[in-house]
Amino acid sequence: MVDPGFLASLLASSIRAGTPLLYATLGEIITERSGVLNLGLEGIMITGAFTGFAVSLATGNPWLGVLCGGIAGMLLALVHAFFSITLKANQSITGLMLVLLGLGITGFLGRNYIGEVAFYLDPVKIPVLSDLPYIGEVLFSHDPMAYFAVILAAFLWFILFKTRYGLEIIAAGEKPEAADSMGVNVDRVRYFSTLFGGFLVGIGGAYLSLAYAKLWTEGMTAGRGWICLALVIFSGWMPQRAILGAYLFGGLDVLSFKLQATGVGVSYHLMKMVPYVVTIVVLLFSVIRKRAAFGAPAALGIPYVRGKKE
Amino acid sequence: METLLEMRNIVKRFGNLVANDHIDFEVRRGEIHGLLGENGAGKTTLMNILYGIYQPDEGEIIFEGKKVRFRSPKDAISAGIGMVHQHFMLVPRMNVFQNIVLGYRTPHDPLINQKWVEERVEALSEKYGIDVALYEVIMNLSVGEEQRVEILKALFRDIKLLILDEPTAVLTPQEVDSLFYALKSMTKSGLTIIFITHKLKEALKVTDRITVLRRGKKVGTVKTSETNERELTRMMVGRDIVLDISKPPREFGKEVLRVEDLWVKDERGNYAVKGVSFSIREGEILGIAGVSGNGQRELEEAIAGLRKVEKGRIILDGQDITNKGVMERESIAYIPEDRIGVGLAPSLSVLENLMLKDFKKYRKGFFLDFDEMEKKARELIEEFSVKTPSLHATAGTLSGGNIQRLILARELSRNPRLIIASQPTRGLDVAGIDYVRRRLIDAAMKGAAVLLISEDLDEVFQLADRIAVMYEGEIRGIMDRKGANYEKVGYLMAGGLEVTA
Repeated sequence: MVDPGFLASLLASSIRAGTPLLYATLGEIITERSGVLNLGLEGIMITGAFTGFAVSLATGNPWLGVLCGGIAGMLLALVHAFFSITLKANQSITGLMLVLLGLGITGFLGRNYIGEVAFYLDPVKIPVLSDLPYIGEVLFSHDPMAYFAVILAAFLWFILFKTRYGLEIIAAGEKPEAADSMGVNVDRVRYFSTLFGGFLVGIGGAYLSLAYAKLWTEGMTAGRGWICLALVIFSGWMPQRAILGAYLFGGLDVLSFKLQATGVGVSYHLMKMVPYVVTIVVLLFSVIRKRAAFGAPAALGIPYVRGKKE
Repeated sequence: METLLEMRNIVKRFGNLVANDHIDFEVRRGEIHGLLGENGAGKTTLMNILYGIYQPDEGEIIFEGKKVRFRSPKDAISAGIGMVHQHFMLVPRMNVFQNIVLGYRTPHDPLINQKWVEERVEALSEKYGIDVALYEVIMNLSVGEEQRVEILKALFRDIKLLILDEPTAVLTPQEVDSLFYALKSMTKSGLTIIFITHKLKEALKVTDRITVLRRGKKVGTVKTSETNERELTRMMVGRDIVLDISKPPREFGKEVLRVEDLWVKDERGNYAVKGVSFSIREGEILGIAGVSGNGQRELEEAIAGLRKVEKGRIILDGQDITNKGVMERESIAYIPEDRIGVGLAPSLSVLENLMLKDFKKYRKGFFLDFDEMEKKARELIEEFSVKTPSLHATAGTLSGGNIQRLILARELSRNPRLIIASQPTRGLDVAGIDYVRRRLIDAAMKGAAVLLISEDLDEVFQLADRIAVMYEGEIRGIMDRKGANYEKVGYLMAGGLEVTA
């Protein structure tokens, strides 16, 4: 027997915990769809989290914080784009470098911000709807960024599958030589997708410090960047599927707190492991699952050079 | 008829290789112009230059009376040129509709105006008799259907000139007929077509004029109505400097290799070798002539053990080695067509590459006896005159000729019973060609059986004791060197059946 009140509060906090994951996952989906593999999510997210927090503290405007978190993410993605698209370097290594860079810089610059109180994004209760029992709490009592994430997922689905831009992005990631031969500038498409993806990942980070945790601590992303990489696979590179995946993982993340509060006799440390264990399981399934139907973009991680003989 | 396109004095080099050597090429409006030549003659390179994929090192292009420079396919498309590549440029996981509109701005761009596209495709399909299932995913299409999508994709962009690179290579005879029908109806409505091929019959059947290339140079342009297969064969195959290599007469020994009714599939899962049978005796060189892509690669890989045999048997020295491992094939030397990819490990050193098959011989307890290995490697380098800065230089950095010498050194020094040599002199200079051919004859003199697979007819005629022609996975006749001539072999290579020469 599950108490409906408990369930409602669990679902509501799943959405809050899942929202930063959703932003970052959407960002990486766009990046990977164009054929660029950015493994640096963890570093980009933490940079977004720190930048957002610092800007909000300095200006008193959390929205400006979110924007600057996105821009910081975009700048790191620019580094990745330059190495992997212009220099055709190994994408995995550049991505891993970004992780170390992001964690290192924010750890260093962020020392004095620990314990500070910035200005945060507050929940907006939607009138009437938020008064509905349980449903109101689960669906209609979040901050605007949480709602916007869902709209964004729908918007990106539309862009990817219903517009010329989307076709160009997908073609660049599936078979760049085909896109090139039809006059698509593959490098430009990949640059754009990587920068835009980095922007969203940075926003995911800023959401983490400005709306979800409401504080800054060193290394506060705690592996969420890696989880998002698994979520991209989980969602089969489809923005609409990322919504469910992000909330599911958000739920697993908060479940440990919630169960602890109810006094269930499972070790806290074991519960904390759950999202990571599920990540491994997801990755296992993605290998087993047939590649063609749900698989990764065929040219993911492969630099494109025109006229190169096979 | 007015001139639509002129390419003047085009030169394109890839490293030391001159792919296009001062080529002049002229196409008139409304004609189907055949571009004929063997593989490696420079046809595709020339067209890739026209389509903006490569930049020419020298020369200029005049299209519709204006001097143009295409920096990318985008420039070529907007000038009104479309190209259907030999390897299709379709995104497999997208559907036909998406592939057709990819990169195209429909009304209401960036939205895709579905209805507008559907109407336009329907109109084009009707006009040229090209049917496609608009919402089928490319992966589920046959090759013929994929080609129709490619053509439609080009037509959709209002082109004036359509380039088709070996369009019939992958089609069934029925599909070829309907393709030719569509091409004719396209020229009737004012389109100009360049038709790249190495098949004489098709060039004669569908073109108005034919330009022949050989080894990167233009041989000439002829009117299709004023030429015939024999003239085209001669233009295409030509005669080059015939290297003088004497091949002493000798007695052949017992049978070394026997292939019986061999069936092998290619990567796509289609049969590439269809019931091939032959045998080679000690000291004998069997030359397999034929244009690349007619199953030679699959045949050699099946014998070398790199590809699964579906049906039939391979017998080496009386032992059935069909689908057996490398241990049963120790007495085979393999000189593959792809020297860098298959022939050696390019990032390893010269020493390691020389010893690649013999590491077991140099064991010293748990370790390798590097002193012994180096000693042996030095002897080999000397004997086969491989020019390398040192034994420890990376093998991939050697020149083409030295890479081939390195492979010969490793393969021939192991006293093989059977040598498979595929395109052994392609891309080498005259000295290298001469060296490799002498080595192969040497090995045959010592009693090895040699299977020579080559597109170079001079080479086949010079080395082989018997000549087999491979066409579309079948052996079209095996003849004695003495009873063979260029016309006969060239005719069979181009798909001819009965020999009239």
